[in-house]
This record gives sequence, C-alpha cells and structure tokens, in this order.
Amino acid sequence: MKISILAKSSFISISRNKTRSFLTMLGVVIGVLSVILLTAIGNGLTVFVEQQFKELGSNLLIVTPGEIVNSDGGFDQQGAALSFATSKLSEDDSKALGRAGYPITLAVPLTGNNGEARTSEGKRSGMVVGTTPGYSEVRNTKAAKGRFLTEGDLAGNRKVAVIGSKIADKLFPGVNPVGKLMTINKLRFEVVGVAEAKAAGSFGGPDIDSFMYVPITTAKIAFGAEKVMQIMVQSATKESLPRTRALIESTLIKHLDSKDFSVTDQSEILKTIQTILGVLTTGLAGIAAISLVVGGIGIMNIMLVAVSERTKEIGLRKALGATPNNIMIQFLIESAVISTVGGLIGILLGVLGSLAIRPFFPATPAMSSILLAFAVSLATGIIFGVYPAQKAAKLSPIEALRYE
Amino acid sequence: MSTPKSKKSQAVLSLSHVSKVYNLGEEDLIVLGDISVTITSGELVAIVGPSGSGKSTLMHIMGLLDQQTSGTVTLAGHDASSLTEVEASKLRNKYIGFIFQQFNLLSRTSALENVLLPTLYNEDGGDKSVYAKKLLTDLGLGERLKNYPNQLSGGQQQRVAIARALINDPAVIFADEPTGNLDSKSGHEVVEILKKLNAEGRTIVIVTHDLELAKMANRTIKIFDGNIVSDTQKKI
Repeated sequence: MKISILAKSSFISISRNKTRSFLTMLGVVIGVLSVILLTAIGNGLTVFVEQQFKELGSNLLIVTPGEIVNSDGGFDQQGAALSFATSKLSEDDSKALGRAGYPITLAVPLTGNNGEARTSEGKRSGMVVGTTPGYSEVRNTKAAKGRFLTEGDLAGNRKVAVIGSKIADKLFPGVNPVGKLMTINKLRFEVVGVAEAKAAGSFGGPDIDSFMYVPITTAKIAFGAEKVMQIMVQSATKESLPRTRALIESTLIKHLDSKDFSVTDQSEILKTIQTILGVLTTGLAGIAAISLVVGGIGIMNIMLVAVSERTKEIGLRKALGATPNNIMIQFLIESAVISTVGGLIGILLGVLGSLAIRPFFPATPAMSSILLAFAVSLATGIIFGVYPAQKAAKLSPIEALRYE
Repeated sequence: MSTPKSKKSQAVLSLSHVSKVYNLGEEDLIVLGDISVTITSGELVAIVGPSGSGKSTLMHIMGLLDQQTSGTVTLAGHDASSLTEVEASKLRNKYIGFIFQQFNLLSRTSALENVLLPTLYNEDGGDKSVYAKKLLTDLGLGERLKNYPNQLSGGQQQRVAIARALINDPAVIFADEPTGNLDSKSGHEVVEILKKLNAEGRTIVIVTHDLELAKMANRTIKIFDGNIVSDTQKKI
C-alpha cells in the first residue's frame, strides 16, 4: 500500500470541500494562534522583567524608609503609604552604612523630586535624583557623553547635572549638551554628562531616560530634598547578601534608634515575579489549549460527515481490495492534514502576531511553544480522527456499496 | 504483465453446499438454500433470476464480499470458506474484478487514476500505469486518460470501470447488471467488450435479471428462491 497515494486522495477530498476544510482548519488555527501568542506574551514579560532587574544592577539590597514588611512577615500597606512622608532616612545613614565595612562595598542614597528642565529650545519634566557618584556603579548607569557626578561635585555643592537621554534630545536637539546650561525649576545647572539610554520605562516602571542626576548635597540645598527615599547597598558577592542584610540592620538600628526601615532583596522580588509570570503563562496557555480541543472536536465532526458522505467510496475501495487499515489510514491522513495545515497557519499567524505587537508589548515567541503547538495540532488531528476513521474502516462493503 | 488466462478447463471458483441464512429473531430468513456450482476458467456465465431471488447474495459470496452461513468456497485454489476481513480483502484484490451497475468511479479522479485504484492495495506495489493506459486505449479511451468521470458518457464510464476490473488480471470478473444504467447502444458496446474479453480467455460472471443480456453467455444459471433451478450450457 502506498501512503503517498493515500495522502493524495486525502488532498483531493480536502480540496473538494474547500470551504468546509478551511472552516474546520480555522478552529485549529485559532487554537494554535492563541497558544503561541499568549505564551509569547508571557515569555516576553518574563524576559522583560529579568532584563529590567539586570539593568538595575545586581547584588543590591535596597533600604527604604518605613516598615513595609511588618513583624509577622506580611505586607504592611499603611507602612508603605506613610513611608516617604515620614521618612527618617538621611544621607548620614547612608554614610554610616558606607563605613560599616565588609561585605558592604557601597551605599548610595537617593532623594527624589519632580523637576522641570528648561532651555531656550524646550522643556521637559522628569525626576530630579539627588545622589552620589556611587549611583553610576550600583545602578549600572554610565555617562554616554561627558561624565557622571564626582565627589568634587558633592563636596562643592556644585549645580551640575547628568541628564537622561530624553531630556537631552528635547532640550539640546542636535547639539552636545555637555558644558551647556539649563534650568531645573528655574535654577541654573550646568550639564556635565548625558546618561546612556535605557529602554526600560517604555513599558510601565519609571521613565529612567527622563531622570536628571544632581549631587545629593545640591539637591538638599537647592530643592530642600531632605528625605532619602532609598539607600542602595551593594554587597560584595551574591553569597554575602544575607550577611550584608544583617549588617545593614544592625548598623541602622544603632544609628536610627528604631527599626523604621525595610530591606528588600532584588533577587527575591525577581524570583516572586518570575513565579507569578510562570503561573500566569501556563494558565493562559491552558485556556488557549481549550480552543485547540474545540478545534479538534470540529475536525471529528467534519470527519464523521465525510465518512457518511463517502460511504459508497469506502465500499468501493473495500470491494477493490482495501483492508480496514487502508481505509483507516486514508481518513487519519485526511484529519491529520487538516489539523497540521491549520497548525502551520496558526504558527505563522502567531509568530507574525507576536512580531506585530512587539513595538507595544514585549512578546517573544518561544521555539519550544512553536514545536509544542505543531505537535499538539498534529496529535489533535490524529486523536480526533481516530473515531471517524474507525467508523469508516468498520463499514461492510456490501452495505456501503448499496448506500445511496 | 501476465497474459490473459488460457482456455483450460480448470475450476476457478467452486461453491459446495453453500447456504445463507439471516436470523431475524423468531424465524430464519433463508436467502440461499443449498448452492453447489463450479465456474471453470474461460467461462462466460450468466446468473439470472428475479429480484429477491438471492442472485446478488450469491454474487457477494462468490466475490468474497459476504460470508456464507454454511458450505465451502474455493477461489483459485484457496479455501475461502472462512476468511478474516483482511484475508478476504487481499484475495479480492488479487483474484476478483468487479463491474457495477452504477459504475462506481471516484469523482474528481481521472479515468487513469480510477483504473489504477485497485493497485493501491496490491501487495507487490509495482507501478501499473503503462498497463492501465493500454487497457483504456484498447477500450477506445486512449484520448480520455485525464478526463474526470463527469466528463465521460455513461458508456465511457462503464468502460473505465471494465479497465479497472482488469488491472490486476483477476481470475474472475463479476459484472452486476453491467448494462442496467446504459442506453441500448452503449449497453450493446459493453456486451461486445465482455464477449471479446471472454474470447481472449477471461472468466466472466454476469449477474442480471435481464434474460436478453443473459443470452450472450455460454452458460446460464437460473436462481429462484435461493436455489439453482437450472444450469444450462449453450450448444455450440
């Protein structure tokens, strides 16, 4: 028996009912498309979040004011809401942490105000971040042009600023902003550098490219930014993170006289988010898989119709020497072809769809989900084709030939 | 390709005390009583009888499409009395050709591909398209190889069906009312073809209720109420 010829007769019967075959395929197309698209979105989100965290620097512990995590280990909403308003953290605390020794390698304080930057060319609002030179290292932020803040800037309370790329584009179109003057909230600042652009911020999160970095000392004098919203503490190694945390706590409790602060570990947050996204992706794919099952039922339905329509053909083939297996394989090929072609179209649309929404949403179609979708669509055709094919194979040739 | 069988008096198909009974709950329906008949190689036999006489059932049993209730069937030296479905399929494919009243060609399938249909199920999967073309050409359809059934007249369709019955060089060809769906001219052509094939040595069994058609045969077996009522050889 020649499978290729049986396959040919399957193709003939599929093409004989073009509309019907297409509509049947559509069920599988939609199923595969949604599985691929949804897993692509899930994967994209995970990759995006991981990248965000990597860009923020590693081996970091972040000290924020207020007890966000209460003594029971739960999340204290009130504490979080009040934390900034009642912040007791100061630049001094950061200095104390910096002096605490191994495994703390660096402590960088951060103050934040909203500010409006202006030149004769235009204006743009952004966050004015008062910080120290260490920011460049812990937040992995380098100056693309000029330089970052220096200890000299801090010591001299200099009115200098390192600006984000979006501010640079808006306020200094076509010129190198380094050495130029601008105003932040009507105070004159000299631009000493432009921070390299970070894609982050395009999707949720703070708009890092609209930040303006100024010496923390200057921020305090110029904008009255007393309250430190966070202190980023760098640990010597990943392994020393727990010891760093203990050292932070003992140092600050001594310094602040209370435990009115929280220490969070980026990798823990990342792990939690990854777990949530993983569950979400699996859940979405599961929901999408339901439509694949519905598509499979559509195939079964149409194959049952095909078997009863072609009863006479089946009888003829049997009379001419086809065994039940020959008939079964012919119908299985037919349903497998419908589902596989549907699957391939679904994969194509899924990948194109992922690419199409990429500018707005970080969708990344995974090779594994594409292969899985293909295998599942093939399996759908075969599994849901078995019952109709068996029905065809069992027909008696005499009854089938007599059938009108 | 094997050549048509030579005219030797050799039993091709023999039925011995074959009966067919359908159990209808309370009572049995006897379709075939006690049939014993032997078809020898090179014969042109007509099985005639009114509808309901059991001639179709007899043909189905002879053609291994159906199984007898009792008795033995021997086809081309093989005991075909109790076959599995797969065994019956293989014997049908190798030894039996069918010509139907309704032609039973596959639509959207060319004449040539229709003729080649039985070879799909051959155990020795050789390509017989050259032979198929020759058969169609011999039947006057050399120009129609690529035509679909709906592009052919009834007579032409039945000739395609005849070529299909011949493609595996069967031991017996069964023709079930082969002219039943044809006008008299086309019917006559088909009769001439069957005669010619028999003259070349083919064994042919025609099943019909049409006594006129039966006259073409050398031997006529009359069936009535599931039994053979006469079996006459034409005087040559």
